[in-house]
Amino acid sequence: MNLTPELREYQRKIRDIASGYGLDFFQTIFEMLDYEQINEVAAYGGFPTRYPHWRHGMDLEQLDKGYRYGLQKIYELVINNDPCYAYLLSSNSVVDNKLVIAHVYGHCDFFKNNLWFSNTNRKMMDRTANHGTRVRQLIDQQGQDRVEDFIDRAQSLENMIDLYGEFVENKEPWASSVMDDEATEEQPANVRLRSRTYMESFMNPPKVLEGRRLRIEEEKEEGRRLPGGPQRDLLGFLLRHAPLEKWEWELLNIVRDEAMYFAPQRVTKIMNEGWATYWHRKLMVEHILDDSEVVDYADTMAGTLAEGPQLNPYKLGLELFLDIEDRWNKGRFGLEYERCDELHARENWDTEAMQGRDQIFLCRKIHNDVTFIDEYLTEDFCHRHKLFVYRFNPRSRRREIVTRDFDVVKEQLLRQLANGGSPVVEAVDINWKNRGELYLRHRHDFQDLRADWALSTLRNVAGIWKRPVHIETEIEGKLVRHSCDGNEETSQVIGDADDD
Amino acid sequence: MVRRIEKDHQRFRQIVRGRIKRDLRKYISKGELLGRQGKDTISIPIPQIELPHFTFDTGQQDGVGQGNGEPGDPVDGEGQGGPGEAGEGEGQHTLEVDVQLDELARILGEELELPNILPRGNADVVAERDRYTGIRRVGPEGLRHFKRTYREALKRQIAAGTYDPENPVIIPIREDRRYRSWNVKRNPEYRAVIVYMMDVSGSMGTEQKEMVRIEAFWIDTWLRYQYKNLQTVYIVHDAVAKEVNQHEFFHLRESGGTKISSAYQLCMKIIEDRFGSAEWNIYPFHFSDGDNWSGKDTSTCIHLLREKLLPISNVFCYGQVKSAYGSGQFKRDLDQAFGDDDRLLTSGIPDRDGILASIKDFLGKGR
Repeated sequence: MNLTPELREYQRKIRDIASGYGLDFFQTIFEMLDYEQINEVAAYGGFPTRYPHWRHGMDLEQLDKGYRYGLQKIYELVINNDPCYAYLLSSNSVVDNKLVIAHVYGHCDFFKNNLWFSNTNRKMMDRTANHGTRVRQLIDQQGQDRVEDFIDRAQSLENMIDLYGEFVENKEPWASSVMDDEATEEQPANVRLRSRTYMESFMNPPKVLEGRRLRIEEEKEEGRRLPGGPQRDLLGFLLRHAPLEKWEWELLNIVRDEAMYFAPQRVTKIMNEGWATYWHRKLMVEHILDDSEVVDYADTMAGTLAEGPQLNPYKLGLELFLDIEDRWNKGRFGLEYERCDELHARENWDTEAMQGRDQIFLCRKIHNDVTFIDEYLTEDFCHRHKLFVYRFNPRSRRREIVTRDFDVVKEQLLRQLANGGSPVVEAVDINWKNRGELYLRHRHDFQDLRADWALSTLRNVAGIWKRPVHIETEIEGKLVRHSCDGNEETSQVIGDADDD
Repeated sequence: MVRRIEKDHQRFRQIVRGRIKRDLRKYISKGELLGRQGKDTISIPIPQIELPHFTFDTGQQDGVGQGNGEPGDPVDGEGQGGPGEAGEGEGQHTLEVDVQLDELARILGEELELPNILPRGNADVVAERDRYTGIRRVGPEGLRHFKRTYREALKRQIAAGTYDPENPVIIPIREDRRYRSWNVKRNPEYRAVIVYMMDVSGSMGTEQKEMVRIEAFWIDTWLRYQYKNLQTVYIVHDAVAKEVNQHEFFHLRESGGTKISSAYQLCMKIIEDRFGSAEWNIYPFHFSDGDNWSGKDTSTCIHLLREKLLPISNVFCYGQVKSAYGSGQFKRDLDQAFGDDDRLLTSGIPDRDGILASIKDFLGKGR
């Protein structure tokens, strides 16, 4: 902690007021850094002791340039850890730093209490330091180039983890062995309902029986290819099954471990920022702000909540929390309210339920962005806050508003948030064509993969799997299989896509 | 304080350097680097170095936004996304990296396997540089050398018998103090001058000038790396020659006939006036499309070269740019007249891709 005495005073005050509202956080350590230091920390993803890699150097170059040219600056960094670490920029004005401190406490509360964070390692500061040490040792043993190449490959798959997998029990029954006999497995039977003879074709229609039989076959087939079914957690899958040398395994494990740590932040961006913004706003306006600082505060706030072409998570999150608070304060929820179709009554609906505060605390506990939007983005909200869907128009070469239709907006928003914005790629066959080749399948929902990257990423998978690998995906309605044998990538159309 | 990340940053710079080296040919033929030059550095655009991921195709991706507007209205002023949250999958970013000009010259040198130049003349121009390598007994406290001071004090105390190994307290006195100080280092530096001459007659079009410009840039970069004291002189000529500044040199468009001897005469005069002494390393470069006014003028040129220019130059370079109108006769005449006299180098530049080879022709001899 190296806050100025003035800020330190404010920090204590803010902490106490925040606790008074029921915010609950780990001890938070504030560090004041100059822009070079904060850029360094940011380039390391918040962990000053992270493992060495050129990508951090590249990020640094961009951050430094962005700052020097006055294009961007980092206001604050908070690390989900126990104790929480928060970095402030020393060149910020006092108002800004007060605001940031309040904001930080919002984040810390969210880290500690949101369920999606419940499995994250709260000693990540130490863990990354250990990773750093280990990677440096491996560099000494294996040589810079080998280690770097492998990390490049592993990092290229860093978004291929199962974001929600931590919460699914018994993901993969590998514990026994791949070679387990089928006999020991419990066979799902094709159940026939009891019936009289003349009812037989109605009670057990042959079509249904046949369909069920096929499905069971299919499941068995799938199970044989990959017991436990398709695996979304590609990194975890490779850790368990790829023929890795020990040092490779360690590096892959490090990359996955850190990716898993960052995963909850990826799936709660809107909520997390919204929550922190909600609280810094409340604390600043109601308690901390000095009269002389109002204009500066408003200026910063306007920047934070700016509308841009991209959705601003700070703004959307804050507005959703405010909306929820308001609705639950006035009792605008539940069957009775939903059923009411008299405009006047709806507009003046107020049961004085005053459950708003409780409701937003509940949200911050149980939701992630997808479930949050799904649950609380109402048609009314969508119109009031002017949400729209845009699309790139190739003719005018610009992005244009397509529609403000609520259903379309919501669906689009949910789509882009689903799976943290990454495509779902699963390992489906570990021994394709009985040749020890790995078969991946992209679960194509609505969008194609970026083709050139798909190929080079596939090459990286091949580098880890050390046998040919394949990925099945769709390109413009055609089912396509990309293959890579480690040297060369090939693509092959294998049929028409059937969108279900 | 050295930042921990410095190592990663260096590693990144190494990768960037590799990219530049790999794409050097492209940079040269596209002339992409011109005009991006600062005092000692040059800003080079390189495609974002990114690790590939399985991601969606972001180019045509729909998105959700917030704000005013009717369907059909553009979302943002230009076709580009704002700063801030970018990075997450935005298509083709380019990265601007600053590279030292010396570094760029080294890359050029490595790629073309250029030998270092062995300068002529006495290196009697001496650059003095202060280096903090010395030790003195007096100086400002800020420069006090703690270790040396300690050592002196230790020596004195041991000699005086006041040193107690049980309680090794060392107290330096005035005489023990040592301070860092500078020594003057004298580095010989050679002086060099490049005289660029260009034919700006009607037959030299924009493209031809551009090629000359690109080639001149790289030659300049290399020689500047070889000689710390480099001066440049620019001469343009059609039927008459005149000295111009750098900007005019590349942008002037004259027309009319061509008398190459006029340029050589002016070049000679400038050298005699300003760069007369033997310490100067002299590099005249002449670019033209090879058309001269008459055979008579060409023999004047050859005479001038043989008698005056060649003896005082390190090397005389003639680059012939191919143009739709030029006959290209001059290069043939020169080659014929001088044969394999290695004080005179000629090189044909058929198109932009030929620039690299031509640079090698000129600088590959190490003169």
